[in-house]
Amino acid sequence: MTSPATTDATVYRVVWQPGSDTLVGVCHCGAERDADDPIEVWQWLLSHPDHDQP
Amino acid sequence: MTTAFARNQWYVAAYSQEVGEDLMARTICGEPIVFYRTGDGQAVGLADRCVHRRYPLSLSHRDGDRIVCGYHGFTYEPTGACVYVPGQTRVPRTARVPSYPIVEQDSLVWIWIGDAAKADATRIPRVPYLAAEGWTTVRGMEPLAARYSLLVDNLLDLSHETYLHGGYIGTPEVAETPITTEVDEEAGIVRVSRRMKDAECPPFYAKSTGITGRIDRWQDIEYYPPCLYTLHSRIAPTGVEPGPDGDDSRAAHAEIVYAITPETESSTHDFWMVARDFAVDDEEVSRFLAESNRTVVLQDVVALNALEKVIATEPDGYQELSINIDTGGLAARRILKRLAEAS
Ligand code: FES
Ligand SMILES: [Fe+2]
Ligand SMILES: [Zn+2]
Repeated sequence: MTSPATTDATVYRVVWQPGSDTLVGVCHCGAERDADDPIEVWQWLLSHPDHDQP
Repeated sequence: MTTAFARNQWYVAAYSQEVGEDLMARTICGEPIVFYRTGDGQAVGLADRCVHRRYPLSLSHRDGDRIVCGYHGFTYEPTGACVYVPGQTRVPRTARVPSYPIVEQDSLVWIWIGDAAKADATRIPRVPYLAAEGWTTVRGMEPLAARYSLLVDNLLDLSHETYLHGGYIGTPEVAETPITTEVDEEAGIVRVSRRMKDAECPPFYAKSTGITGRIDRWQDIEYYPPCLYTLHSRIAPTGVEPGPDGDDSRAAHAEIVYAITPETESSTHDFWMVARDFAVDDEEVSRFLAESNRTVVLQDVVALNALEKVIATEPDGYQELSINIDTGGLAARRILKRLAEAS
């Protein structure tokens, strides 16, 4: 698959912790936060740049 | 729920093989369009309404590369310009129908819906394996009587395979395996990845690849809103990893591609393709995959048609409940909303 240029700079990631129900939001600024559901995790990620730096 | 169309976007209008001599009518994002191919092989898309009294040009006939309206004979060039009207020598200056920007690549006919001046062909996502050496593709298109956003939801959450497509592509592991979701904001791409270890091999892959035991199964989705969905599917005997040099020839790869093209606000062209790098010359495998995948797509069509009826008749303000499996679908909805608002 070739695709339009992508930069890691703008990637939001949500990792569903194996063996748990927890979603971990990982912002491109490095901030991370656990959440219980996807609405909550996206809300937090998209509140960037209001993230505490790790 | 997103229902508005994103305009100023490229959509798959047809497979290359569908566009030829004959005039073909297809409505895209609510716009009726007539497609045909000129003598020198160029695919053309014109508004399917004669400027005179709106007669569908698709019900008319060709005179070489021109279309002669079947009602009173207005005659159009592939550019949409009217070059002849009956009974008079002067053709009114405004006599033309809109002509759509068309790009044909990777066996697909893409159309730009929106302001033609903004069409940029380099923004079209590529799917080279659909027409590449070493790959074989089976494909089809099913009419879906449901809004396109329901198909987006469906494809971004493959956990439904376990329940809706058991016996074909669904196994217990699909619904049970956690996913990783990524959104690339700048490129506007949603990725959902599910990597299953030591999983049951569903009949779809057991029969086509010949792998009979337990498998490692990767489902890596890349969705390029609004139209193009790709699922990079990797099937390998369990424990077989790609080599350090990237060589992965012991695994079977299938590229499952969907083009999700809105027809109207409540109907969708559901283009589906399965490209594979195994058993590429085996027609029996092609037949089996085409038949099985069509069955799977039709299972989704039945479900989504039912869902469309539910949604169309319910009062406003229904509260959905989202859980972990919906992480990718929610991301896709947000981007679709943004694209629709921008246009
Ligand atoms: S409607 Fe086409 S020529 Fe009259
Ligand atoms: Fe499905
Ligand atoms: Zn941040």
